[in-house]
Amino acid sequence: MRFVDEYRDPAAARALVSRIAELAGAEHYKFMEVCGGHTHTIYRHGIEHLLPTSVELVHGPGCPVCVIPMGRIDDAVAVAQAPGVIFTSFGDMMRVPGSEGSLLAAKAKGADVRIVYSPLDALRIATENPERPVVFFAVGFETTAPSTAATVLKARQDAVMNFSIFSNHVTIVPPLRAILESPDLSLDGFIGPGHVSTVVGQLLYRFVPEEYGKAFVTAGFEPLDILQAIAMLLTQLSEGRCCVENQYTRCVSEEGNPRALAIMNEVFEVRPVFEWRGLGFIPESALKLRPEFASWDAELRFDVPGVRVEDPKACQCGEVLKGAIKPWECKVFGTACTPETPIGTCMVSSEGACAAYYNFGRLHRQVAVTMGGSR
Amino acid sequence: MCLGIPGEVVELFDSDRHLAKVDVAGVRRNINIDLLEDEGVVPGDWVLIHVGFAMAKIDEDEARRALASLQLMGQAYADEVQAVVESQIA
Repeated sequence: MRFVDEYRDPAAARALVSRIAELAGAEHYKFMEVCGGHTHTIYRHGIEHLLPTSVELVHGPGCPVCVIPMGRIDDAVAVAQAPGVIFTSFGDMMRVPGSEGSLLAAKAKGADVRIVYSPLDALRIATENPERPVVFFAVGFETTAPSTAATVLKARQDAVMNFSIFSNHVTIVPPLRAILESPDLSLDGFIGPGHVSTVVGQLLYRFVPEEYGKAFVTAGFEPLDILQAIAMLLTQLSEGRCCVENQYTRCVSEEGNPRALAIMNEVFEVRPVFEWRGLGFIPESALKLRPEFASWDAELRFDVPGVRVEDPKACQCGEVLKGAIKPWECKVFGTACTPETPIGTCMVSSEGACAAYYNFGRLHRQVAVTMGGSR
Repeated sequence: MCLGIPGEVVELFDSDRHLAKVDVAGVRRNINIDLLEDEGVVPGDWVLIHVGFAMAKIDEDEARRALASLQLMGQAYADEVQAVVESQIA
């Protein structure tokens, strides 16, 4: 239990690990953690090595950087290179490779690409540069979509007409459904995402137990939270029931943040279809600006090529995102694909399964082997 | 972008623009509290901040726990704090 000593409450962690082993017994269980933040915590704290071998964690598609397909990066680069444009982006997106390079590479070649912390910073840049078009590269699940929406409302209120949004916002339910529909996946339950649930709440997830018979426990981001969520999932299964439970009541309520959802719905509508890296085209899984906000829609204001680009053949991000393989089972993991020179998106973001595993997992596996562990 | 950072509300200074001054990791920056308008935010409250917007009210104990786990993230947290420091929301 080497890693346990680093936890906030090692005694509680030890008790949870014993409880998990007791509940799991001889059965094999497979749970997916949906959120990239959870993936990071799991690797950072060696949680996989504390669990009995009968409890397996697979890493889901809840990292918005990791699910952006190459074609959308190419579109972003094309907009960034349009005459006079100031293109603004969260720092996480700068190194994501498109088929002809990243935004960082476009910047090196002369495009005016600027990192911003908030869409409101992008809006401020627009008001400071009224003669130039300023575009914000909007990405993220419902965690960030309400913020983009509130920024668009502000742009309308202040009549900032040189500002626009390149929307790549996605929603959390459709990929869960796609995974549940996938024939080659055998999951017993989900560790539900924490922060996105502060916005969407818990009610939304009821389809998981009701339609698919899988357990669902929303969890916080501390190692103890994850361990507790796993114990709650196993308790449900051992009692022969499955439902939506909330381990993260400190932040997540049943109904979420209704005002954030209302603002999001005022500004965005659902796209008929959107391409997800690794998961393919998923119907009604992403958001675009409603027609009344067309003046702030970069996809209408600029020539967006919209070409579909196949993921690189060597890259197996798709299988990793579906939990079909572990990061280290990918052919290029840690050799051709590293955080310094990523081929796939899962290696770019610190919350991507491959980057998290590259930074922490290899070490932990080595320690486990040295200590005579089973993995 | 996905890291929610806890901050303590210091001052509400522009209700029309929903702006509040918040202490985040030892620096004071402006954030937008529009999305929490229904819950009411007052100085002394702790909020979880995503991309310049307060997304949820949290208690002080949760804020300290969240900060402690963020600090364990190393570079990813340092990058996020740096991004907050450079932010100039108006």
